Amino acid sequence: MNTTDSGRVRVLGVRHHGPGSARAVRAELEEFAPGAVLVEGPADADPLLSFVGGLEPPVALLAHATGARGGPARSAFWPFASFSPEWQALLYAHENGCDVRFFDLPAAVSLATDASGGHPSDPLAGLAAAAGYDDPERWWDDAVEHRGRERSGGAAASPFAAIAEAMAEVRARTATGAPPRHEARREAHMRRVLRSALRAGHARIAVVCGAWHVPALLERPKAAEDAALLRGLPRTGVRTTWIPWSHGRLGAASGYGAGVRAPGWYHHLFTAPDRPVERWLSEAARLLRAEGEQVSPAHVIEGVRLCEALASLRGRPLPGLEEAAEAVASVLCEGAAAKAERVRSGMETAERMGGVPPSVPKVPLQRDLEAQQRRVRLPPRAEPREVDLDLREDTARARSALLHRLRMLDVEWGVPVADPVRVLGSFHERWSLAWRPEMEAAVVEASVWGEDVASAADARTRERARHADLTELTSLAERCLKAGLGDALESVLGRASARAAHASDTAVLMESLPPLARAARYGDARGTGSGSLRQVAALLVDRVCAGIGPAVSGLSEEAAEGMCASLEAVHRAAVLLGGASEQAWWEALDRLSARAGVPGLVAGRVHRLLRDADRLSDARLRRRLDRAVSRGSDPQRAAAWIAGFLGGEGLLLVHDEGLLNLVDDWLCGLDGASFVAVLPLLRRTFGGFAAGERRGIARRVAEAPVSEAPNGSETDMERAAAAMATVTLLLTGEGSR
Amino acid sequence: MTPSEAGPPADVLRPHAEQRHADELAALARADDRVRPPGWRLSPWAVVTYVLGGGLDDGTLVSPKYIGDRRVVEVAVATLATDRALLLVGAPGTAKTWLAEHLAAAVSGDSTLLVQGTAGTSEDAVRYGWDYARLLSEGPSRRALVPGPVMTAMAEGRIARVEELTRIPSEVQDALITILSEKTLPVPELGEEVQARRGFNLIATANDRDRGVNAPSGALRRRFNTVVMPSPATAEEEVDIVARRVDELGRSLGLPEVSSGMQEIRRVVTVFRELRRGATEDGRAEVASPGAPLSTAEAISVLTQGMALAAHFGDGVLRPADVAAGVHGAVVQDPVADGVVWREYLETVVRDREGWREFYRACREVGD
Repeated sequence: MNTTDSGRVRVLGVRHHGPGSARAVRAELEEFAPGAVLVEGPADADPLLSFVGGLEPPVALLAHATGARGGPARSAFWPFASFSPEWQALLYAHENGCDVRFFDLPAAVSLATDASGGHPSDPLAGLAAAAGYDDPERWWDDAVEHRGRERSGGAAASPFAAIAEAMAEVRARTATGAPPRHEARREAHMRRVLRSALRAGHARIAVVCGAWHVPALLERPKAAEDAALLRGLPRTGVRTTWIPWSHGRLGAASGYGAGVRAPGWYHHLFTAPDRPVERWLSEAARLLRAEGEQVSPAHVIEGVRLCEALASLRGRPLPGLEEAAEAVASVLCEGAAAKAERVRSGMETAERMGGVPPSVPKVPLQRDLEAQQRRVRLPPRAEPREVDLDLREDTARARSALLHRLRMLDVEWGVPVADPVRVLGSFHERWSLAWRPEMEAAVVEASVWGEDVASAADARTRERARHADLTELTSLAERCLKAGLGDALESVLGRASARAAHASDTAVLMESLPPLARAARYGDARGTGSGSLRQVAALLVDRVCAGIGPAVSGLSEEAAEGMCASLEAVHRAAVLLGGASEQAWWEALDRLSARAGVPGLVAGRVHRLLRDADRLSDARLRRRLDRAVSRGSDPQRAAAWIAGFLGGEGLLLVHDEGLLNLVDDWLCGLDGASFVAVLPLLRRTFGGFAAGERRGIARRVAEAPVSEAPNGSETDMERAAAAMATVTLLLTGEGSR
Repeated sequence: MTPSEAGPPADVLRPHAEQRHADELAALARADDRVRPPGWRLSPWAVVTYVLGGGLDDGTLVSPKYIGDRRVVEVAVATLATDRALLLVGAPGTAKTWLAEHLAAAVSGDSTLLVQGTAGTSEDAVRYGWDYARLLSEGPSRRALVPGPVMTAMAEGRIARVEELTRIPSEVQDALITILSEKTLPVPELGEEVQARRGFNLIATANDRDRGVNAPSGALRRRFNTVVMPSPATAEEEVDIVARRVDELGRSLGLPEVSSGMQEIRRVVTVFRELRRGATEDGRAEVASPGAPLSTAEAISVLTQGMALAAHFGDGVLRPADVAAGVHGAVVQDPVADGVVWREYLETVVRDREGWREFYRACREVGD
């Protein structure tokens, strides 16, 4: 039996988010007509119950700790879908004006204590196993959720008495010994609220809770025992509110700890007036037709027949989701697995997002965010989209700043995407936007940092800067600038400049510079140029220039490659900054080019940079190159030098005949062993060139007058033919990369 | 009299499913108190039990014939129970034919009504032919008509099987449409028709690896429910399948008792799975895949061959050397491309694997 107190109390044990339970709860409430309804949910969320009428499920009750650092969890959710029995109970109470209360432990307590260790085991698994099912979900579906579907309209027998008895049996068998503390406290609290409702004099009280708790509510220990359990519990400051939820998130819900595998199917079961399988397969057929597949009503008919045959073969009362899925795969999709999977995932989730009215209490940060979203006309939407922002416009700049500030607060509503067209543009930004319900929670969590988006982002940035190293600081500075956080930027730069003064590692300095230089350039594009930004950047350039010589000396092969990349990044940054910084950088490069002991790759690169800027006369370059590739030098270094100098572009060799000749002479002059030693490096260098460039070089080489063979002897063309063919293939072959 | 009741002569190389498992089928029929669809020998539940195996109340142990996803079998049986034709699709060696044979044996006690699909399959083979001597002497008559397997199945209310449906030319395939939708086969020469009796149905198998074969027309496809046969999901499952089949085959081929050596079975299955998937079982290393499909069925034949070698030329124990040649032959179908793949696999994976030294050496000997 599920009634107690001489019929005054009826306990309805449910499965969270079960459409059959929801229907049964609704029917039971209408028949019982209680004066008060108690629903499983945090007791301190009671004030929110007045909003039920205005909510559009799926929604979730959110409780978040307001204190600086509360218990183990900062927030918890209790999601409700239209097919949740709890939701139907709330709705019934709202529509019939009965007294309604949440009666689980207050969130203030559960967020302050360690709530781990819920049910000792899956309470349904035992029952399901007893009934011969290996999947508890499926058993519950058959035993409860699908009941009454066959006799739509006719009153199905209430399942709650049977559930209560079964659960009592399960608890007696599985939960031996003392229950986990948190569990005991929850149930004590439930009983305490139930007692107070009884004292309030309600003639009929309905209790809706997870099936597991039913026995604990039917036989009540003395009030004093419960009071002892609940005495002196830790509490934390908590705020609660309703937030929109989505079907996708129902799959992995917290709070109840009960996820739903196929919310779309449950929604369908709950909303379809009759013939759920027929309607489900028709909907699948409609989806497939929309994709251009030929699916006829005959397919649907055969699909339904297969479902029914399968259900009877498996001894199930009615076909369920699995049978429907198999009919879709075998009949509607004719065995095409990918198609069936597409239909399945689309329909089983059936993504939809709930809504809450504007009057629902919000944390100030949420309200401010909504105001800003309205102001910049960027409403949150669940489906992903891309926006392109032209930062020369005010609105776009405001949008960009808002998105950057939210990212600073770990609300990843917008994610920057690389623009395939304007890679280097500084006044365009592309964002991919998708508002997911959990961001609502992230916003609430971020509210500890401030009351509005700007001040919260500012505070968060300062907090981050406190623990950041130089590289992080400069990239933080860049983000500050993009987010329009002027004050925070000054603070970050102050720290950066202090750190830069103490930094001794040139590599770190080099890595830190590019974001700052970019930031300075963005500053120009956004008209928020920052004097101190340039100052810090200039300081960094100076320090890099001073330290670069020793930093590049004696580097290993691999380290040289990394250094080459940073060198180029710093180069771009210095040129971006211009002015005195650029000048200092050129001088540093000049010094570097004359320095001994620099790895070949780096030295070659430095020369190339200088040459491209016309800062190196051809004659001087030729001399340097001569020396670098001369017989006395290590062939490995020479090859690296060439690689660094050519830097992945072969065009230079095609157009600069002098250079080509120089390389040619050097190559021809190598003795056998040295040639073999440098071959892999050369292969890599030339392999990096585009095919067209390689062909161009080959043409050049072919056109060049054949120099006399070094030893003066006649070349045996016949014997050389094979080698020639290979060389030709190496130089021109498409597949040789 | 159908073959199943006659009982096979003792020296038949491969008895039909209904002969091999006659006792199980009889026990199931006795124990089966569920509703049987018209024309069926067993209820759908009993058919599923026959295929997947299980214990009966009277203590009979039904051996599993198909090891794998229960849902595949359930959907297949439910399809037959709803009067829809069944199309089993899958890579070579995924037990399509095997499952079809056992389903036919369980449902109608007769798995012999078989049309083997080839490029040369004619409409006669699907429908009916003539005894030309009689036709010439007596003119068209019922006596001169030679019914094909499908026609016989219709007349007797049994299951007909069409193997390799997609190899049959399209126009011949389409002869099945009337049979499946109208359940009737007209014989215009006699002005008669054969109407299918209850219990008639069709199981077709098709190979989805062969591209460029004759894909069934949409009209025909609609008459079928399609079940895609999966490759064995786990190594354990595949080892189980292979071990059972090797054991059965060894017995039916009258091989001297060979201790079947689970170790070698596991090894062959592992090699096949890794080469099929293109990665080692622990997921750590990638390997190249050869062109050969390396199905479970091939693993079975490699091992059976190995058993024969061990029994007749070896010491009666299945050793790495007994299977090495078979594995090599199954993997290396194209001596150049597959040869490289196989050598690479041997050197990178097999050589350093714990306890595989002997197998490695045996494979190297075969390869060189």
